[in-house]
Amino acid sequence: MSRIVGIDLGTTNSLVAYVDESTGLPRVIPDHDGQALLPSIVSFAREGVLVGAAAKRQLVRRPESTVYSVKRLMGRGYEDVKEELCYFPFKVLPCEGIVKIQIGSREITPPEVSAVVLKSLKERAEAHFGEPVEKAVITVPAYFNDSQRQATKDAGRIAGLDVVRIVNEPTAASLAYGLQRIREGVVAVYDLGGGTFDISILRVKDGIFEVLATNGNTHLGGDDFDRAIVVWLLDDIREKHEVYLGRDLEAMQELRLAAEAAKIRLSSDERTALTIPFDAFTYHREVTRAELERLIERLVDSTLLPCRMALADAGLAPSDIDEVVLVGGSTRVPLVRRRVRELFGKTPHSQLNPDEVVALGAAVQAHILAGGITDMLLLDVTPLSLGIETLGGIVSVLISRNTTIPTNAREMFTTSVDGQRTVDMHVVQGERELAKDCRSLARFELSGIAAMPAGMPKIEVGFLIDANGILQVTAKELRTEKAAAIEVKPTYGLSEVDVERMVEESFTHAEADVEARLLIEARNEADTVITHVERALGQGGQLIGAGEREAVATALEALRRARATDDRALIQTTTTELNRATEHLAEVMMDAALKGALASRRADELMEK
Amino acid sequence: MDHFEVFGLPRRLGIDIAELQRKFYELSRRSHPDLHQAAPPERQAEVLATSARLNAAYRALRDPIARIEYLVHLEEGRDTREGATVKPKAPPELLAEMLEIQEALQEARSSDQPGGLATEAREALVVQRERLMARYRREEVRLVGPLTEAWDRGGAAERVGVIAAFKEALAVRAYLRTVIDDLDEALGEAQEGHVSHRRH
Repeated sequence: MSRIVGIDLGTTNSLVAYVDESTGLPRVIPDHDGQALLPSIVSFAREGVLVGAAAKRQLVRRPESTVYSVKRLMGRGYEDVKEELCYFPFKVLPCEGIVKIQIGSREITPPEVSAVVLKSLKERAEAHFGEPVEKAVITVPAYFNDSQRQATKDAGRIAGLDVVRIVNEPTAASLAYGLQRIREGVVAVYDLGGGTFDISILRVKDGIFEVLATNGNTHLGGDDFDRAIVVWLLDDIREKHEVYLGRDLEAMQELRLAAEAAKIRLSSDERTALTIPFDAFTYHREVTRAELERLIERLVDSTLLPCRMALADAGLAPSDIDEVVLVGGSTRVPLVRRRVRELFGKTPHSQLNPDEVVALGAAVQAHILAGGITDMLLLDVTPLSLGIETLGGIVSVLISRNTTIPTNAREMFTTSVDGQRTVDMHVVQGERELAKDCRSLARFELSGIAAMPAGMPKIEVGFLIDANGILQVTAKELRTEKAAAIEVKPTYGLSEVDVERMVEESFTHAEADVEARLLIEARNEADTVITHVERALGQGGQLIGAGEREAVATALEALRRARATDDRALIQTTTTELNRATEHLAEVMMDAALKGALASRRADELMEK
Repeated sequence: MDHFEVFGLPRRLGIDIAELQRKFYELSRRSHPDLHQAAPPERQAEVLATSARLNAAYRALRDPIARIEYLVHLEEGRDTREGATVKPKAPPELLAEMLEIQEALQEARSSDQPGGLATEAREALVVQRERLMARYRREEVRLVGPLTEAWDRGGAAERVGVIAAFKEALAVRAYLRTVIDDLDEALGEAQEGHVSHRRH
């Protein structure tokens, strides 16, 4: 198998790593300046596209065309992100369920931006090895949903990489630790990065890394700390200099970078000074760690609930955790460490560089996939329950959260109308009871179903969540053993959901109406048949044997009873049965009528003569 | 192949969890896709299917209540969710209280301020909630205790009755869960992102 690299595609920074064959240990590949971290920033300038540190230098000069933190937009709909768009200096537009970034006259999707970062890492690795690198393992937050994972995979493809696996960041980190530091036992990985938060609880035993539960928030990280500081600074500047800078894109980038730098310094210092030279004035102020902690306390505390939920799902108490591992740059913040220590009652580990450990773990997973490691195995889970929307908008769960992946489920579908050729279904991901509160993943149309009476087709739909946490759907019509065609319409964004929900509602209503009409038609048909048979029995009953007469009477009675119910299928089958039971009687009566007609004609002819 | 057969187990509910986990790890080492990346595509597809079946089986069997739900499902021979095996049903001896609670809940919902319940009404609901939680736990104890034993001990004839008892207890449990969740919500104790302890 050819070489596979591990890539951590982060909100703030990205890295590429590999396992060194001679030592068996993972290593990060630095750029030619010796820098391991590549800022996940892309600047679109007239003279070309800049990435990394070069792009970072454009943040203040070209805020409208320099894209950062694009991971927050990956696989997201406009509705998901619109509240935070005010923090971005670049323009984000809704576009058919996803978002696009407008740069001048161009519209660029988030995966395309991420692809620029990935491509740069790919080239870095190729320069290091002196040969092409085509395969990669890319990490994502454990709590990423299907769309976000798919978007990440798309980004890899755009960058010319074969993404052999999408791996969850906290589990990747556990592999890196596992290789070197971890003993056997239950481990909690607390991963707070630039834009996302994950908690994963694993059992490590005999080289198996089994994730027991995972939880998180894909919109919470160091970026949010920076924003809280910026909002606070804006108020302070308004007070001191009587100017509001919130709409000045360049000033906002200055402030954001200054806030981030101050936050980082406050992880080691008790107080720090901020000096920002603006055109009209120079802003200066001191910030203490206590002030910072007041600003971010609510955000830090909001990570604790997902931790408790993950523990509950794993059926464990905080005291059952043997080791706590910290991952992600934001875990350098002392308040974060304090809160984690309080929750789990033990001092967390952070021997491995929290910025690098995910990439190192991705490299380990890549090495496992390449066959270089055979005694370690990662058993990861799907973070969110997968279900389908049923009548009334209720979610019927097919695969529950924290099930080890790959995993599958099957569901039977049928038609509700005679001759129906297609069946629609709506797949959602999430923990809420109602589909509208969950994440709409896709709408599927099963087509090419042979025309049959309602309820006859048996379509088995298989849902498979692969080892990447990505859904695959297959369908088969069991009576004909034919694979049904499936058309997938990924939903991606919530803005689309509202529209689609209305479509869905009108669909269910229309179906109910059709059903009511069909029932009335079935009853009318039954009434006609009942009347005919009653008349036939009265007129021609003596033409058939007693046994047959009784059979007809029984079938007639069955139809009368079915007619009184609301069961359309039953009415239809009993109608068919009564028709069949009277076939012979009808023939006999027809014969008799014909004979009678002939006889009377003969009589007529005789009369004429 | 049913979930019990995946692990080579008889259709019994008493399962040694440590042993199940050991077997799960052993089978995972054999069939996890990560360890078969170099195999030809047909073999990879096979491995994927085996692994998915194993994981689904482990998920269903590792939790004693999920295991019972699966057993009922299996014994009933249903393969669609249209005829869901367990429909929530109010515990008969608590019907009167249930009506009271539902009424109180409706009042709470129609009041404008969320969580703006009168102290008295609130306290009453808290007491009811505790009562229902206790009842809920009793139902679980009954499921994983005496009923589970009755199934494992019983012959074919007794087992029919045990399945009926399972269904009854699961239905009551599901009902209690819904009411408790509603109470949590009315009391403002449902935390953001909180999920009812929905099991499948």
